[in-house]
Amino acid sequence: MNIVVCVKYVPDATADRTFDSSDNTVDRVGVDGLLSELDEYAVEEALKIVEASDGEVTVLTVGPSDAADAVRKALQMGAHKAVHVTDDAIAGSDAIATSLVLAEAIKKIDHDLVLCGMASTDGTMGVVPQMVAERLGVPAVTYASEVRVDGDKVTIRRDGDAASETIEATGNLVVSVTDQINEPRYPSFKGIMAAKKKPVESWGLSDLGVDAGQVGLGAAYTKVASFEPRPPRTAGEIVTDEGDGGIKLVEFLASKKFV
Amino acid sequence: MSEVLVYVDHVDGAVTKPTTELLTLARRLGEPSAVFVGSAVDAAKETLASFGAEKIYVLDDASLSEYLVAPKAEALSALVAEKSPAAVLLPATTEGKEIGGRLAIRTDSGLITDAVDVEASGDGVATTQSAFAGNFTVSATVTKGTPIVAVKPNSVAPEQAAGAGAVESVSVEISAGAKSAKITDSKPREKTGRPELTEAAIVVSGGRGTSGDFSQVEAFADSLGAAVGASRAAVDSGWMPHAFQVGQTGKTVSPQLYVANGISGAIQHRAGMQTSKTIVAVNKDDEAPIFELVDFGVVGDLKAVLPQATDEVTKRKG
Repeated sequence: MNIVVCVKYVPDATADRTFDSSDNTVDRVGVDGLLSELDEYAVEEALKIVEASDGEVTVLTVGPSDAADAVRKALQMGAHKAVHVTDDAIAGSDAIATSLVLAEAIKKIDHDLVLCGMASTDGTMGVVPQMVAERLGVPAVTYASEVRVDGDKVTIRRDGDAASETIEATGNLVVSVTDQINEPRYPSFKGIMAAKKKPVESWGLSDLGVDAGQVGLGAAYTKVASFEPRPPRTAGEIVTDEGDGGIKLVEFLASKKFV
Repeated sequence: MSEVLVYVDHVDGAVTKPTTELLTLARRLGEPSAVFVGSAVDAAKETLASFGAEKIYVLDDASLSEYLVAPKAEALSALVAEKSPAAVLLPATTEGKEIGGRLAIRTDSGLITDAVDVEASGDGVATTQSAFAGNFTVSATVTKGTPIVAVKPNSVAPEQAAGAGAVESVSVEISAGAKSAKITDSKPREKTGRPELTEAAIVVSGGRGTSGDFSQVEAFADSLGAAVGASRAAVDSGWMPHAFQVGQTGKTVSPQLYVANGISGAIQHRAGMQTSKTIVAVNKDDEAPIFELVDFGVVGDLKAVLPQATDEVTKRKG
């Protein structure tokens, strides 16, 4: 089974992430980026499926030149090849335009299954898997905590809030996985060396037949009118438990009318 | 007045509180029309009308329960084409956001997720949401198509307003593409009897400091009528199911009161709770980052502090 894994290069969540005040988009220049942590689970799952049967894992990313770092990490983990769609016109794209570029790229890659992380760690909308599936005309099974592949049948377990569901699918589909599904491997020294020789194809919009007017900030369907940092929380009262910590806690709650 | 479509979240016809919030917000934008999927509309009709639903579109197709969200998005997109609503509001649940995603592509419209406020504005709707783990507040507008907005629970106080609640049946052709994935088994989660985590006014969470024993956390939660949450560390250790996880890869909650017990407060956890109105923490480590967020903190062992607090609450409640 050949698998495409969509990955995203995102600002490091442990750094001070901010917006670019010139156009109210995510500041991707002033902050170090990396492969979105939640996408590592999708890469790991794809590798496990292919290792248990056969086929190739292709990682796909859409983003600026630095996004090559995200595919490199996936190649070091063991993915076979990478496609990096990059074009100045894509800068500032929203989820809708991103899903268009991803879907057109996926159509050009030989695949039987598409895997993604459950959401990016920067936008955190979690809607791109469904949007890509809608464009490809296939189902999307999201938040998978278990994926089993048997020939062309894919069986998925998802643990929702209301129920734990088993889903069976045949034919092409998009699956997004949670961080409960596996423990992503660390790249080995051998993997790091091997990744240097693996092919990374760079595609532009013209390779996909996507018009520059369909993507980027100008084509966005939503507009950030303003952003402001949340006011810092004022320092609260901290007491050390000397045998009456529980009572003091409830006194505070009572003063706020919670009790 | 244009219609505003509101996707109804319900359990066997029992309309959830977030849906009554959506109907309340919808009235700011136009006339609410509820979209109800399922067979129990009779149980829901009164509530929907009492929160201002003028119309209730019912999609009652037993086979829908076998498929994922695609057919629901197909039905909504047919309604959007037919009724030209001013907006579509959905709950910011997994299902709501996914329907929104497909609907945006099908109707060539902009989508905003996790909004905490929705207002009418000159160019349609203006929304407010958090970004970057709650460190920023963002105002946005939808600039194309029919604004589709997924709204977080607890964003507005539900207000009743009489609506006609006229029921109208709609149907959907399930496309072949949607049929290739089928739900073959569904095991309902055990009911805890506690409020739903994302909707609760009070959330009491436990982390690594519980050492796997959540009994004190649960007892304190029950004394306050609160939902129980857990940190990623507690879930990864197998102490609590993933459905209870608060944080970047779990639920984002914004209750009136959040009590963090034995949780250090890594950024991934803060992402899921730092917009809570009042934050309280109990932790043995006085250096724990969670204390930077608190309105009140106790440096101490939760195993001693929580039982005492539980007794005190019970005593005061008499």
